[in-house]
Amino acid sequence: MKAEGVAKEKAYGQPKLMLLGPQVFLPGPLRFCSGCHYGIIIRLLSEVIEELGIEGRTIALSSASCTVLFAMYIDKIDFVDALHGHAPAVATAIKRVHPDAIVFTVQGDGDLGAIGLGHWVSALLRAERLTTIFLNNASFGMTGGQMAPTTLTGMQTTTTSEGRDPRMSGFPLHAAELAATMKGVAYSARCTVHTPANYQRAKRAIKIAFQKQIDGVGYSIVEFLSACPTTWGLTPVECLEFIDERMIPEFPLGEFKNVDIIEY
Amino acid sequence: MAYTILATGNEAVGWGAIHSSCKFFAGYPITPQNEIPEFMSRKLPKVGGVFIQSEDEGAASNMVYGASIAGVRAMTSTSSPGFSLMQEAISAMAVLELPAVIVNVSRNGPGWGTTQTGQQDYRQATKGGGHGGYRCIILAPASVQETFDLMQLAFYLADKYRMVVMLLTDALVGQMTEPLELGILDFGPLPEKDWALIGSAQRGGWRYLCIPVAFDLVGYCRRAAEKYQKVADSEKRYETHMTDKAQLLLVAYGSTARACKGAIDMAHAEGLKLGLFRPITLWPFPNQAIKQQASQVGKVLVVEDSEGQLVEDVELAIEGQAQVNLLGIWARHQVTGSGVIHPERILQEVKTLL
Repeated sequence: MKAEGVAKEKAYGQPKLMLLGPQVFLPGPLRFCSGCHYGIIIRLLSEVIEELGIEGRTIALSSASCTVLFAMYIDKIDFVDALHGHAPAVATAIKRVHPDAIVFTVQGDGDLGAIGLGHWVSALLRAERLTTIFLNNASFGMTGGQMAPTTLTGMQTTTTSEGRDPRMSGFPLHAAELAATMKGVAYSARCTVHTPANYQRAKRAIKIAFQKQIDGVGYSIVEFLSACPTTWGLTPVECLEFIDERMIPEFPLGEFKNVDIIEY
Repeated sequence: MAYTILATGNEAVGWGAIHSSCKFFAGYPITPQNEIPEFMSRKLPKVGGVFIQSEDEGAASNMVYGASIAGVRAMTSTSSPGFSLMQEAISAMAVLELPAVIVNVSRNGPGWGTTQTGQQDYRQATKGGGHGGYRCIILAPASVQETFDLMQLAFYLADKYRMVVMLLTDALVGQMTEPLELGILDFGPLPEKDWALIGSAQRGGWRYLCIPVAFDLVGYCRRAAEKYQKVADSEKRYETHMTDKAQLLLVAYGSTARACKGAIDMAHAEGLKLGLFRPITLWPFPNQAIKQQASQVGKVLVVEDSEGQLVEDVELAIEGQAQVNLLGIWARHQVTGSGVIHPERILQEVKTLL
């Protein structure tokens, strides 16, 4: 783990004994493909929001693509859908109008890394007190598996049928590392949920990210390497191997920035 | 208590917003409207509002979307090319029925155009501009005082109907300096914003989901059509000037209507009787009123600083009851962006028609 900054270890909220799971996690079938990791990440978000006790003042924003469904499974939090790529701008306004609200965006890689990169970077530079859950599945999921900014070099997609050639289609975007270079960012980490140990690390990362916003430090982002079996053309189990063997070498896991104070 | 100051049209936009208790402004610099964000950056924080200079017009309009859904009065201002960039958010606000005020201090030409005045955004403003079927109320002031008054009306109508209301001015109205009487206009009570996102705790644990229309597209379209019909039935506004026994009816909005009034005075001195019909709401368009006036006079000259956009609505409204002529952008005194249509040129055109 690459740690940067001067954050002290804190007891971020107390884990609850959850025999029935978090109360805010709505029961019922999830509308995601088999083997998709989004359901696990939603469960994780639900646990953190409940343990921090912020559900009554949380406003979530999703954007285009499968993230539209995200906050619908978390009860007691207000939810608005932003236009493709614009969630950081909409969230900025909501947070400025309601400074006590906890505002987070759920954005895919096309949303944050392609069409909305400018809005996202601008919000980081303004040190908006927001949290972004960035879902990196190396492709455009809902539109059917086209190349995304995070598509791996050489990876086949429906718009890079010979594999992504950086000379033609550019290099993969490293959002968590990019965020760590910005002064307005309080916390930046990359996680996965493809093993139980990583699930626990991811939960801790989300909790720290929300705590940074509760403490009013600055922007926090948690990037997830998330499986998309449908567009990758792999089984759910093969996806786990793909994350281990292909994704993590390109996108290393860990914290890239963690500070308690941003100097102005 | 009301008092009078000297102000530009752009400053009047700001004064109107402050007097409407506007609490959020996001904008991006573009000529000829820069005085508006500059004014708001000075004044808005002093009255507890939020000012953000955004990274582009797309962000500005989306921030207005966010502030509106958070429950405060929100606005942005821009000029023509920036207005094109805002269409996506305007379309989104229409579908979520969010109130917002957008000011377009228009300049001329497609693409970059120039930084000087023009009236070439009429069609884009009144016929949509963004994708999908929706309507915005369009108000067109012709003076500094009217800019101030219509700003307050804009915020009221936006909240009353949960609609985007647009103020379409131009560089002439925005940059001219005139006396301005400040005062709060009272239009009546408004419904509570019980739909705003404020966190579920303040609603007894009930959450709000604001999602697009996919689940009930047809129902949304029906509700929207009913709402737009209600607006069309009750919010049409226009001004008539010297139309009694006129030999010819001039039709113009905004700054061009001012030139028409000059032409009417000059014609009067020569014994010619001209009238003016000035739509104040460009949508809903005052079609019955203009048809009635035009059919009495028999001859109409539409004067607009464009290649002919308002004239389409005029012809549609009059339904062949009068002869409709157009004096467009080619009547400017210069071919460059600095040209304007002078009263003398309007009078010259009138004489060829009488």
